[in-house]
Amino acid sequence: MKDKAQIYIDDVSHSYETENGRLPVLKDFSLSVEKGGFAAVVGPSGCGKSTLTRLIAGLIRPDKGEIYLAGEKVTSPRPTVGMAFQNPVMLEWRSVLKNVTLPLEIVKPRQSWQKQRERARELLRMVSLQDFEDKRPSELSGGMRQRVSLCRSLVHYPEVLVLDEPFGALDAFTREELWLVMHALRKEVSFTCLLITHDLRESVFLSDEVIVLSDRPAETQHIAKVPFGEDRKLADLYTSESTQLLAGLRSQIEIAQGKSKELL
Amino acid sequence: MNRDRYNDILRRVLAPTVAMIVLLVLWEWLVWFKDWPNYKMASPSDLWPAFWKFRGLFFELGWDTLWRTVAGLAISIVVGTLLGMVMGFSRIAREGLYPILVGFNAIPKATVVPVVALMLIGLHDLNTVLIAFLISFFPIAVSVSIGLSTLEPEYRDILRSLGASKFTIFIKIALPKTLPEFFGALKVAVTLAFIGTNLMEIVEPHGRGLGHLFDSGKISADYPLMFAVLIALAILGIFLYYVVIILERIFAGWAERE
Repeated sequence: MKDKAQIYIDDVSHSYETENGRLPVLKDFSLSVEKGGFAAVVGPSGCGKSTLTRLIAGLIRPDKGEIYLAGEKVTSPRPTVGMAFQNPVMLEWRSVLKNVTLPLEIVKPRQSWQKQRERARELLRMVSLQDFEDKRPSELSGGMRQRVSLCRSLVHYPEVLVLDEPFGALDAFTREELWLVMHALRKEVSFTCLLITHDLRESVFLSDEVIVLSDRPAETQHIAKVPFGEDRKLADLYTSESTQLLAGLRSQIEIAQGKSKELL
Repeated sequence: MNRDRYNDILRRVLAPTVAMIVLLVLWEWLVWFKDWPNYKMASPSDLWPAFWKFRGLFFELGWDTLWRTVAGLAISIVVGTLLGMVMGFSRIAREGLYPILVGFNAIPKATVVPVVALMLIGLHDLNTVLIAFLISFFPIAVSVSIGLSTLEPEYRDILRSLGASKFTIFIKIALPKTLPEFFGALKVAVTLAFIGTNLMEIVEPHGRGLGHLFDSGKISADYPLMFAVLIALAILGIFLYYVVIILERIFAGWAERE
């Protein structure tokens, strides 16, 4: 199991120091995503989802348990990971293109500028921003910035992509556009992805399996396989099969929030 | 030429020019009407002769004021940035140093001037530069520390998750990100440093600089000379301010939005 999985989280517990003592956020949590897989993690607000991304990225170490990426134990940050956040922070003093090449300056500092530029342009083309490479980030819309952020997270050929609610702050239509962009990227670039989201439709549309976390301290409460293939259209979300799946997830979230259905 | 453009020029060039001329005429008229002699008040028409009479001194002493201000400001930039970095990166340092800095900043620097002038008596250059520095480093330290401590965690995480060192993160992100705040503070600091230089030059005996020339005018009740020095100081102050503006355009122009 551990050897086959690209992301393998083994019995991890984590807590934070607060004024009122230690606050446990993850408890005996396990998760495995196979190579090329796409897992979405949903759960109540503040249940420890972002902690999960920081653990995988090696930015923090768990109190208990281990995390493996491609069979290797994670003890520190590693260049095989790409990250994108809800806040698509840009280096405003750089052009869009130079924002995308930023990770290459760390991961492959000796690679020629021509090669770096070529790689960045290739990704910008995939997200339809080829005409914006010389623009400043301040000239882009929120959706465009998030596209640039996705390019930046993929530019150094990461094996694992960790997305922490990247579409959370976008309006509904832009969000749907970006879902399609995500699918387009997945077809052309190979990566294993873990997506944190609050949006159930997003989790179903983008992933192969949806993992519902319980309230803090988070445990895996429910796993739902998504029965769709590679080619997905937005209309697929409105079939009765999807509706049933979404309704099932919705009730799981309610359980996670600790509310009975009668109350709602 | 279309009408809008014509109006624009009228507004931007003609209006301030007319206002200036009216002011000067009123001033000239007041001195003439009251029949004030030169030891009581200067009129605008006295300024140029006063400058021409002492033109050599104006340039020589103006240079003193200029380089001392710039030297004091340069030390401010180095010390202020370092202090700001320490306070921006370490919470303990921030909480420890901040009250001291605030307390120090609260002391009116005019009261420090005679102390420094007496302690380092005769060392005109040193004590002038010292005051220019003491009066101007505070805004730089505060703005750099705020710029660094308010850096969104995502900025750090995009590079840290790739295994970048703290130094790399500082050079590639924190430093350029803080430049707009830094230049905002520098605009305040350059004016303060200029005030500091002149305070010291006026107060210390046998000094140099335009402040000293001003003091000479005061001692000999030469109002035309005093006013000519004030105008020269204004020109120098504007020059220094615009140098900072130009540097800001070059290094932090990206922060401006159309």
